[in-house]
Amino acid sequence: MTAESTETFADLVAAEDVLLFVNAAITSTGQREFHSGEDEQGLSLGFLHEYLLGNYRDLYAATLALDVNDHNAALIIRNLLVTAGEADPERRRAEGRLIARRLALLPPPRVYRLFRELRRARINNRRTRAIMRDWLAARPDLAFDAVKYRGAVKTAFRHAHLEPRGELGTFLFAPRRKAAYATPILESWRQAHYRQEAIYDLPYTVAEGFAAKHGIPRAAFLERIAPRLTRLERLRLQESARALKADAVRADLTAMPLTRLASYVLGLPPDDRVRRRAELTEALRAAARRTAGEQAGRWGRVAAVLDDSFSAYGSAQKRRRPLAVALACHFLLEALASRYTPLWLSGRSDALLVRPYGATPLGERVLDALELGPERLVIVSDGWDNAPPGLAGEVLRIWRTRLDPDGACGVVHLNPVYDAASFDVRRLVPGVPSAGIRDAENLVALVELARFAEGRTGLPELRAHLAHRVTDFLDAEPPETAGRVADEGDPAAGAAGEDVRRTPREDARRTPGEGT
Amino acid sequence: MTEKLTLTGLSTRPAQTWGGVRLVPLVRDEPIEDLRLDARLHDDPGLDEDPRGHYDGPGLDVVEIGRRDHYISYIPHAFVATWTSDGTPAAAYGTQLRDAAKDGPAPRRMPLRFHRRMARREDRNRLRFMPQHLAMEGYLALHFGGPEIAWKEWSHRAISRGLSPRVEEAYTGTQVRGLADALRVFEIHPGQCGVVVYAADALAAAFVVPHPADYRALHATLVHDLYGELIHHYATLTMPVPDFRARIADAEVRSLADLRAAARHQTEEWAAFHDRFMAAGLLGPEYTYQRVYTMGRYRLSRFLPPFERRRENHIGELITDENGRLAYLKTFRLSENQVRRGHLLTELAACDWNLAATAAALGVTEPELGLRIEGAGFGHLLRQDVLDRYRAHARRSGRTR
Repeated sequence: MTAESTETFADLVAAEDVLLFVNAAITSTGQREFHSGEDEQGLSLGFLHEYLLGNYRDLYAATLALDVNDHNAALIIRNLLVTAGEADPERRRAEGRLIARRLALLPPPRVYRLFRELRRARINNRRTRAIMRDWLAARPDLAFDAVKYRGAVKTAFRHAHLEPRGELGTFLFAPRRKAAYATPILESWRQAHYRQEAIYDLPYTVAEGFAAKHGIPRAAFLERIAPRLTRLERLRLQESARALKADAVRADLTAMPLTRLASYVLGLPPDDRVRRRAELTEALRAAARRTAGEQAGRWGRVAAVLDDSFSAYGSAQKRRRPLAVALACHFLLEALASRYTPLWLSGRSDALLVRPYGATPLGERVLDALELGPERLVIVSDGWDNAPPGLAGEVLRIWRTRLDPDGACGVVHLNPVYDAASFDVRRLVPGVPSAGIRDAENLVALVELARFAEGRTGLPELRAHLAHRVTDFLDAEPPETAGRVADEGDPAAGAAGEDVRRTPREDARRTPGEGT
Repeated sequence: MTEKLTLTGLSTRPAQTWGGVRLVPLVRDEPIEDLRLDARLHDDPGLDEDPRGHYDGPGLDVVEIGRRDHYISYIPHAFVATWTSDGTPAAAYGTQLRDAAKDGPAPRRMPLRFHRRMARREDRNRLRFMPQHLAMEGYLALHFGGPEIAWKEWSHRAISRGLSPRVEEAYTGTQVRGLADALRVFEIHPGQCGVVVYAADALAAAFVVPHPADYRALHATLVHDLYGELIHHYATLTMPVPDFRARIADAEVRSLADLRAAARHQTEEWAAFHDRFMAAGLLGPEYTYQRVYTMGRYRLSRFLPPFERRRENHIGELITDENGRLAYLKTFRLSENQVRRGHLLTELAACDWNLAATAAALGVTEPELGLRIEGAGFGHLLRQDVLDRYRAHARRSGRTR
């Protein structure tokens, strides 16, 4: 062991545990994967959450500042709120800031689902209510939320003991009582019950139900609802709309996030991909350039081994996710590197036409990559090396110990799949860091974090890194909400976190109103 | 004629394990184009359910198969499909070779009556094998036609119907623990035309088809296939089997070229190890072949093992071309009891079903042989009065002893 003398064995274990958890929290969404089912994933992940919360509460909360996925962020927040009593006031204040910041970043449906879970778990202390109140107060348009997520908003208001002001209260709790609403969106909702025109002012998901009620043909409906679609709805509906000849539904591919775009491309039949090659490639390249930012072209000679074996199909729940990550990484690395060589496991050279097919001869491909003599080697794979098993590990081990002992070539393994049985992403070999990855957008940050996984850096460095990330995370608050969330939104402000200055009811009056 | 079974034209690739099941892929360097799965099976809409179904390699899609001018098609034994125009499902009875260009008569088949649960599955109209024990029963009946000479001891039924209503114990793949999952997560190699299935490292079955597209179509059906009780027990009781992981000695590697050579050596070593040791029970013994049918350059045969007790014994069907290249193979591993029964039947068949001669060959008396036949579950084959006489004889000799 090369650890410094000040570093205890416990520290090393702690560092390892945290990295384990981070890998899990980035990759696992509790959904079915290729090799393990939903239950296994949920059980394994739940254990890690409890373990980390029980042993390293501060580090557990700090992971909210990392790129953990939304599912795990919601779980962490829930767990922190459930066990708030175990933390001292100082700790709670720090947690409160992290929670408020993370909630502001989560998509609203995810947050409403979390609120529902809090209600189901009967967590209703003042701290929780204050957090809910502040989050609701920061929503730009509560009337819109009330229409789109009606049940959820109602639950949230009820659970946080808030009193929605004016029409919103009527709308949520006795919608049929009013003859007319002053707020346009609420009025549209009322009218949509009998007037077809009105549904086109509503959010797509709500309008869809009304369209079915009025028996509006799908094509006509899509054509007219197009302006109300969100960016991702547009991407999702584009293909089915095209089939119905509703041409108004057009997603601007160049503005899509990289991994999402890769998923979309992989969902297209091969013929379409060939036909739209120029458009798709340009969109993927643009997204990659945007993601790479100022790092573009700075990574030198890069080789990548990308997994397109059958297991990259993922599962029916996460369809082609591992492959989409690999494809997105391909385009991102192309933008980052000055010279780039992709090596797909199937031997395919046309990245746009990849499909999950065949076995995983990872060892052979890693050898091909090392022969190119790159400065960096990035392996994107689920780590199920099976043709033959373990060859990639052996190749990398011998490369590290005998052929390149100085580490001239930096090797990183990025794994998009959480292996429930081993409580971690599947590793290739101890000497090569393996990091979990969910979105290719995080690739740069992950490669940075991966050096901790090499076992050379210990807990103090890891703590310093986390502290740095937490500061960045809290400082990066958008200016319009920063003040409120930091000052008033801190639920633990004051002694013991119980000193919320306003009663919830008072605060409710300040809730930004309907349709402003 | 007896001969060993060889996997000509196929090479072994690294195994993939899942729990107690090990699947060894067999890859064909050159696919056989002129012998293909019957188009009626390929047309089955059930194929589309499998995510693998969408991912056939270039030029392997169903439409193209339909357009091919002339090829010979085969129908695997026990394959269920709608063969006739009346729309009732039926199971193919024995593997069959057909001329694809001609719209010949419907294949030899057994109509199926489904229980309620089966019927629902049948709605999905999926490629699958015959349910329950039918296939196994059919196998033995096919292999042993029953007495050819009507010696007076044999019952009327035995002579008119052979061994037909015999039931052999077998389990479908869904009952073999871990097999369904192992097949689901198995990554099919490019060019793969076959697989050898091991449960707890006991060879359960070997399956080879002529073309990778056929294999992809049939891969999932292995779970509806039948496996002997031995395999079922092994799979239930076993711990997960370990992978044969690649190991390269550090000392001999000085460059990347060395490393590559060592890696290649690993692959070759595994293939040799598998063929020589793991599959020894299948490839080692001398089999008795029975030619069933020849069409074009392909010959369909059934084979029987030597029925040596306490050894691996596989029965099966295979199609070979004129050069002896293996085009199609399907095997079933017999359980110990089945081997004993098989042994008895072989002896009887060797002596033309003459009881006295067989008893002499086995070194027992005729009544003893008669009781052995009954004990093996073939009592109904003997005439009732003959059997009664044997029983009485046994009782008498038991009393005097």
